Amino acid sequence: MNTDAAARAEYRRFLERRSFIEMNARERVRAVLDPGTFREMLGPFDRIKSPWLPLQGIVAQADDGVVLARGTLDGKLALIAAIESAYQGGSMGEVSGAKIAGALELALDDCEQGRIILPVLLLETGGVRLQEANLGLAAIAEIHAAIIALRRHVPVVGVIAGMVGCFGGMSLAAALCTHLIVTPQARLGMNGPEVIEQEAGIEELDATDRALIWSLIGGEQRHAVGFADDLLEDDADAIAAAIRKAVCAVPASGRAPARSMQVERYVELLRTIDPNQPLDGESLRRLWKRGSPP
Amino acid sequence: METIQYDYPALHSVPQRVHVGVVGSGDLEVLLEPSPDGRTHVVVNTSVDGFEATWKNVLDRFFARFQGAVSIEINDFGATPGTVMLRLAQAAEGLRA
Repeated sequence: MNTDAAARAEYRRFLERRSFIEMNARERVRAVLDPGTFREMLGPFDRIKSPWLPLQGIVAQADDGVVLARGTLDGKLALIAAIESAYQGGSMGEVSGAKIAGALELALDDCEQGRIILPVLLLETGGVRLQEANLGLAAIAEIHAAIIALRRHVPVVGVIAGMVGCFGGMSLAAALCTHLIVTPQARLGMNGPEVIEQEAGIEELDATDRALIWSLIGGEQRHAVGFADDLLEDDADAIAAAIRKAVCAVPASGRAPARSMQVERYVELLRTIDPNQPLDGESLRRLWKRGSPP
Repeated sequence: METIQYDYPALHSVPQRVHVGVVGSGDLEVLLEPSPDGRTHVVVNTSVDGFEATWKNVLDRFFARFQGAVSIEINDFGATPGTVMLRLAQAAEGLRA
């Protein structure tokens, strides 16, 4: 009887679970913020879109694929930036990148004046938009600088849910976050598998081998080797709760130094790898258990 | 890439603006706003050239039933007529939300 009841409860939980991955960027932001507090900045009707894509024969989206909103998390002011992966692979162009960088810089101004704004990045991006090249890269560099400046005041929380993942310059943005949340469907890496296969050949990496790809750069692996802090199921409510927990974490003075500041530790971890020996996901997990030196 | 424009008569005003969809493969984005002059105006930006007649058929059919005075911008990334109809219906439904 008891197991029946437990199974029914489990089944009900499964049915009630809302997929975060299946939501578009705007739905994701609404799912994260306290109900009724979503206030979008530079929304689609402001029509701040890419001036470069139409010149190259590509239809531009009215918000350039980035949703910015102010609202609250458990009553505390927050800024959420979400990337729409269905539009141009979530790529960062001049406008979409500047929207995120500008919003983070405004939050930084607020924090410096003692008004704490909690920044959250919902990352789903292939990295820079190749059609906008250096303009996108410049914006990504501004995002990096803003994250580093902001995290002195508040935890900067990143979420990679999938299915696109987070690549290129924006993978560095994810790595700079104080706290990174991933799902098993997420991927985090500098170069995407297709790029590696194209540049280094199929002997190096078969981009169609999904099990192999996820064993190297998937959410579970990134969590196991210490590059992500939370590994969660694809559940909007669980992700929203984890974000609340992360932003309310200890004040900056009491936090461990950011991953990107722990240079010695990562040099030591790199020393454990013998480049002459084959290395797969499983053996890296044994070497770098949750990012602790052996 | 092609831009096509249409005008339609309208019977009543609409209370708010609505945004639905995404400029993703096989999909489209619809920006619907109250029209400033009591008539309906549609601007279609599409990635696929040469389907002007198909767009006219789809929009004629939609605006035969929908009588609100709206300015609509469509940013299309290769949606089929069925998808276009669904997104327009979704935008119209958003007016009642």
